[in-house]
This record gives sequence, structure tokens and C-alpha cells, in this order.
Amino acid sequence: MDILKQISDWAIPFMIVSIPLYAIIRFKAPVYEHFVEGAKEGFDVAVKIIPYLVGMLVAIGMFRASGAMDMMTSALKPVLDKVGFPSEIVPLALMRPLSGSGSLAIMSDLVKTYGPDSLIAKIAATIMGSTETTFYVIAVYFGSVGIKKFRHSIPSGLLADLVGIIASVVICYWIFG
Amino acid sequence: MLNYIWMGLILISVIFGAINGKMAEVGQAAIDYAKTGVDIALGLIGVMALWIGVMRIAEKAGLVTAISKIIHPIMKKLFPSIPGDSPALGSIVVNLSANMLGLNNAATPLGLKAMEELNKLNGMKERASNAMCMFLALNTSSVQLIPATSIAILVAAGATSPTDIVITSLLATICSTITAIIVVKIFESFSSEKTAGEPA
Repeated sequence: MDILKQISDWAIPFMIVSIPLYAIIRFKAPVYEHFVEGAKEGFDVAVKIIPYLVGMLVAIGMFRASGAMDMMTSALKPVLDKVGFPSEIVPLALMRPLSGSGSLAIMSDLVKTYGPDSLIAKIAATIMGSTETTFYVIAVYFGSVGIKKFRHSIPSGLLADLVGIIASVVICYWIFG
Repeated sequence: MLNYIWMGLILISVIFGAINGKMAEVGQAAIDYAKTGVDIALGLIGVMALWIGVMRIAEKAGLVTAISKIIHPIMKKLFPSIPGDSPALGSIVVNLSANMLGLNNAATPLGLKAMEELNKLNGMKERASNAMCMFLALNTSSVQLIPATSIAILVAAGATSPTDIVITSLLATICSTITAIIVVKIFESFSSEKTAGEPA
């Protein structure tokens, strides 16, 4: 774990120093000029994704505020109790593909409610660590290059999330349960 | 598809907002999150400029293409439509590596860069290519070596062994990544696509 953290700490400074260093030693490249030229593009990309971000986030924000999540959870609870899936996890599972900040808030809440060493907290942390905000990523990534037909990317992403969530529960039961 | 999901989310929000008597909150959320969208994008400008700048140096020095060539034998099964000398594979690898290391700030700019490269190879400009769908599937289910955020929350709450979840996250993420690859490949086999160069 320490090694992983070290790699993670070193990665950014390493990339920022080694890439220009290689370019300058190998080709005497005008590294600063290349950097600035690329950086200009960064601004355009950030501005270009604004409409997609706003569109997605407004819908997600309204959904969060409406209380629909709580009602869906209570509707799903009897079914999930039957198969042994912890229903405490459901709001997190529903929020995870939609919103990073939303799912983080739910996870923090689960950790606080059930204690940081509880099985629920570990399942929640595992879900957060193994899945992504699929809708956000798809909307922003496709938006940035003007793709309108997403084809199978949404069903594939959601199915992968679902498997990730079920796997998190099963694996945590198996290792910690 | 996103049209229906978007409409569905808004419709559900208004219906449940009405049932729960939370219409004021729903309205306020629409306004607040519109602002959040801009805040996020503006906050990205700096890191975006940084990473696209660094990547430009790497590109000009031929590093991205070099990574592409090294990784091509392994990745060509996943991305059969990407030629070995395209910088696209290199960009994809850099993005996925950033994801693996939990470098979230770097991952988005690098991912958008990869999308740009993939779009250059895309024969139908407004339609996602197979390679794009595969890339997004790998990205959204990506193998994370360091679930930094999760660990940080457990540490803050005083967990006795917060790094326990590294192994469970890794196992779970392997399951979801394998699923993603299989599902995308199955979908691909049902639909044809044109690549750049062919008439659209």
C-alpha cells in the first residue's frame, strides 16, 4: 500500500518533469512553446463541455432534490431483502452512475451511520472504489467531440456498474462477513 | 437514448417532487446545479491546460505514438479499428493509467484528449465508433489500484484498517471491467461500422 501511495504521489511530478526533459534532450524541442500551444486548447475543451455538464447536472440535481430516491429504495426493499442484498446500499447503487458528489455524500452518511468498521461501510467504500459516474463520463466525453449517437455505451456502462456493485457486495461478504 | 434518460430523470423529479411536496427544492436544484456545471467546467480549465500542454510536448517528441506501438499487440484485440501508428492508443493508455492511480484531476483532460484522437479515426462524425464505446467502457469500469477517496473517508471516520478495501475494490473492479469488455464485444458483433477513409 505504501508503495502504491508513493507511485501515486510521484506520478504527476514525474510526468511533468520527464516528458519535457526527454523532448529537450532528444530533439532540443521548444518545450515551453509546445506546452503553451497545447494549453490553449485546454481552455476550448473546458468551455466546450459546459452545455453537456449543465444539461446532465440539472437533471441529476432535480432528481436528487425530489425525494424520488427514498421512494424507490422503499419500493425495492422487500425484493432485495428476499435475495439477501443489503437494502442500505440501494441509494448508493442508484446514485453512483449519476453523480460523484451525490454518491460520495451517501457513502459518508453510511460510514457515519453504521460505523467505519461495519460491513455496510466497507461495501459502500468498495462500491465507490470500483465503479464510476458512468452518465457523467459518457455525457462529457462524447460531448467534447460532438458525438450524438451513443450506441451501446450507456447499456454497457450501466451493466458493468451493476456487476461491479453486486460483486462488491458478494466479495465484501466473502472477505469481511 | 440519452434523450429518454434525460427526459425521464426530469419527469420523475417533477412527479415525485409533487408527491413529496418538494417542488421548491426541485426548482432550486435546477438553478443550483446549472451553476455547478459551469463551476466544474471552469475549475477544469487549469488542469486541462496543464495536461493538454504536457501531452502536446509528449506528442511532438513522438512519445504518445511510441506508447501506442508498444501497447498495440496487447490492445489490438480490444481496439481492432485503431492502427498501430495512431497516437490514439497512447492517449488511451495514459488516461487509463491516470485512472488506475486515482489521479482524477489528470484523468479527465487526458480522457478528452483520447476521445479527440478516436474521433479523428471515426468515419461517422456524430456517431460513436466501436473504439469509443470500448474506451468508455474501460474508462467507466476501470481498474483502480488506489481508491483514494474511499480510503480518505474511512480514515476520516476513524476506521481501524481503512486499506482493507483496496483488495475488495480491485476484485470488484476486475469483475466489472471483464463484464464491460464482454458486453461491448457482444454489442459490437450485432452492428457494423465504417472507419475513417471509407465513405460515410
